[in-house]
Amino acid sequence: MSRRQVLLIAIVLLAACALPFVVSSYRTFQLTMALVYSIALLGLNMLTGYNGQISLGHGAFYAIGAYAAAILMEHFGWPYWATIPVAAAVCLVAGFLFGLPALRLEGLYLALATFALAVSLPALLKYHHLEPWTGGVQGIVILKPDPPFGLPIDADQWLYYFTLAVAVLMFVLAWNLLRGRMGRAMVAIRDQHIAAEAMGIHTAMVKSMTFGISAMYTGVAGALGAIAIQFVAPDSFNIFVSIMFLVGIVIGGLASISGAVYGALFIQFVPNIADAISKAAPWAIFGIFLLGFVYLMPTGVAGAVRMAVARLTRKAHNQPKS
Amino acid sequence: MEALLHQVLAGLATGGIYASLALALVMIYQATHLVNFAQGEMAMFATYFAWSLINAGMPYWPAFLLTVVFAFVLGVVIERVIIRPVENAPVLAVVVVFIALLVILNSVTGWIFSYTIKTFPSPFPAEPIFGNYITSHGGGAIGVTLVVLLLLYLFFRFTPLGLALRAAAQNPDSARLVGIRVGWMLALGWGLAAAIGGVAGMMVAPIVFLDPNMMGGVLLYAFAAALVGGIDNPAGAVFGGFLVGVLENVLGAFVIGNELKLAVALVLIIGVLVVKPSGFFGKVLVTRV
Amino acid sequence: MAAFLEVLKLHAAYGPTRVLHGIDFAMDEGTITTLLGANGAGKTTTLRALCGMVKTQGEVRFAGERIDGKATEDVVRKGIAHVPDGRGTFVNLTTEENLRLGAYTRKDRDAVESDLERVYGYFPRLKERHAQQAGTLSGGEQQMLAVSRALMLRPRLMLLDEPSFGLAPLIVQELFEILRTVNEKEKVSMLVVEQNAAMALELADHAYLIETGRIVLSGTADQIKKDDAVRRSYLGY
Repeated sequence: MSRRQVLLIAIVLLAACALPFVVSSYRTFQLTMALVYSIALLGLNMLTGYNGQISLGHGAFYAIGAYAAAILMEHFGWPYWATIPVAAAVCLVAGFLFGLPALRLEGLYLALATFALAVSLPALLKYHHLEPWTGGVQGIVILKPDPPFGLPIDADQWLYYFTLAVAVLMFVLAWNLLRGRMGRAMVAIRDQHIAAEAMGIHTAMVKSMTFGISAMYTGVAGALGAIAIQFVAPDSFNIFVSIMFLVGIVIGGLASISGAVYGALFIQFVPNIADAISKAAPWAIFGIFLLGFVYLMPTGVAGAVRMAVARLTRKAHNQPKS
Repeated sequence: MEALLHQVLAGLATGGIYASLALALVMIYQATHLVNFAQGEMAMFATYFAWSLINAGMPYWPAFLLTVVFAFVLGVVIERVIIRPVENAPVLAVVVVFIALLVILNSVTGWIFSYTIKTFPSPFPAEPIFGNYITSHGGGAIGVTLVVLLLLYLFFRFTPLGLALRAAAQNPDSARLVGIRVGWMLALGWGLAAAIGGVAGMMVAPIVFLDPNMMGGVLLYAFAAALVGGIDNPAGAVFGGFLVGVLENVLGAFVIGNELKLAVALVLIIGVLVVKPSGFFGKVLVTRV
Repeated sequence: MAAFLEVLKLHAAYGPTRVLHGIDFAMDEGTITTLLGANGAGKTTTLRALCGMVKTQGEVRFAGERIDGKATEDVVRKGIAHVPDGRGTFVNLTTEENLRLGAYTRKDRDAVESDLERVYGYFPRLKERHAQQAGTLSGGEQQMLAVSRALMLRPRLMLLDEPSFGLAPLIVQELFEILRTVNEKEKVSMLVVEQNAAMALELADHAYLIETGRIVLSGTADQIKKDDAVRRSYLGY
């Protein structure tokens, strides 16, 4: 990574750290959710953007992570921070297991299978035999964690920093993974499935692992989200959660790490602005933006930024030396 | 025994609705090799159109017919304007466009009509007429489904336009060589599929009540039905629809409880896709390396 | 006098790959012309270019009217029927349905019925199998079906892409005799692309030789048959 990129990221992180002190509590909560979504989008992007497996059902892993955190905290009294690794582990396994039969499904059919999963999810979560654990239709309420060591910040701010720390960790891990052998294998499989196989890449293993890791990321996001919202209920995990994630990666930019951030900001803040117009407006806007981006800007915001930067640097290089 | 017969007949009634929607899905799949994720929302939108007409005072059957025409036009317009630009685009782009369509239709409906649940009238009498085994609406829905299927069959088998549609779907290059305007055939196919979907929506609305999200579950059952029958086989879709309807009702009433009925669709979908993707009657696709 | 079919400086490309490099040729009405050449020379591309199935530059005139740039469906409506390589059969439709599709653009229903009978007259085996699924027909029968489907258009010009491909010599003979008959009795002009130079030169009046996207030789079939270079490269003696 170039020195300039490192500098840029450092500035962004510094700004991110300063934010909770200059904005309202509610805004801080919204930013926390934006961070949560960015982790989820990173997960989905790994699977769909980098590895070419279309998932319309990532809301399911988000839900599993959320319920894992809620159940551990509510029924077993676990501290909030300990639920994150568990959510990660559970979703890693769940994703890998789902990835195995998914190996037999290509493109459209995988989209269909994951779509089916997402649509039936609320019903599955409401199943009365699971009620003792899941709290049924009412769901589970959890308490907002207090800042540790009596730090002079409020709970919202603490949660923001906690989420930020987890997000930074997840992003660094992802960056490492994607530019290494695994990342190259993922992209090779997406672009030229048969050639990748012929080259000796164990496509089945890579694809299933990618599913697992992608689910893990979204599950971690789900756990963090549950803690931030302090509430899980079946109807909050309907098909539109999965669709919202899809919107996020398309707008943000497929196969791009920064895209996860742009997309997360989009899906978190656009509904806030649009809600004022009408309850239906946010989704209408999502839909129109989806169409617009597919037709006009298929590389998403990240792609547009990349092109703009390239054009600016080219101009700088082409400055005639007088 | 009587309870079982009850459930089977009720299952056939909803099965007819699933069969119609599944048929719409298969028609579009045959012509484009694409799965229309927005088929349910298109049907729902048409049903709301019908509701507006009826609410404004129009009698049922004229509103029904006008809605079928409206749905047809909607399908044609959507194909020409929204789908055509991405006809040959990569799968992900197409899926995203379908999802966008789903989302736009759903939210626009909510915007115009609000999310409060509405009742939708049935053209059939309220009292059961076939003894106590099935509601009149159930029997009527089966009847309407059969009429629609018959009309479609006659159209495809015996009219030149139907033949041209089949040809364009099977072999667009050769179709062009005999002068068929393949682009318009595609639009026609979408129009017909949308019209069938509209009929399905109007048949299901009296049962599940009218709300923007009413077709979600129905769409899932229709997917299951289409896959079970073979995603490229119209007759299979119809068979699949009735089968799924009966399974849903019988399993829901006697085996797994009503809550998990939707899980039946999920299991069928994943099961068929993983074990036998070509379903009962579909063609097995062999991909050449 | 303007030629029936005139091709001027025709270029064609598949994406970035140029296949035709400015070819010129012409045909008179009522004749059979054959376009010879080895694999990959550009023969199929020429026919596809005439039908608007590939991107072109240059002029194509049919009966005085420019047809380059027109969509395939519109070129068909000018009276040009294309029998593609691979036959292009609608394999899931019946034989008769295939034939009726050939007449899709026609409005004269009675004439279509009589044309159907006439086509069955040329190819009785098709009549036997008229309700059979076209995909179950043998290679030779599918070729007959493809030619018949083209005839159902009542075309003024027929384009045939390697009609002899994969067929036994006796069947090819039978087929070419029928083509000759159709040409003479019904005045259908034909442009036949062939790798089988010997049989094509027996059938045709005129011939062109195309090599790597350029016309390198032209003349009457007799002249070409006697040309030394052609004899050695394409006729094997």
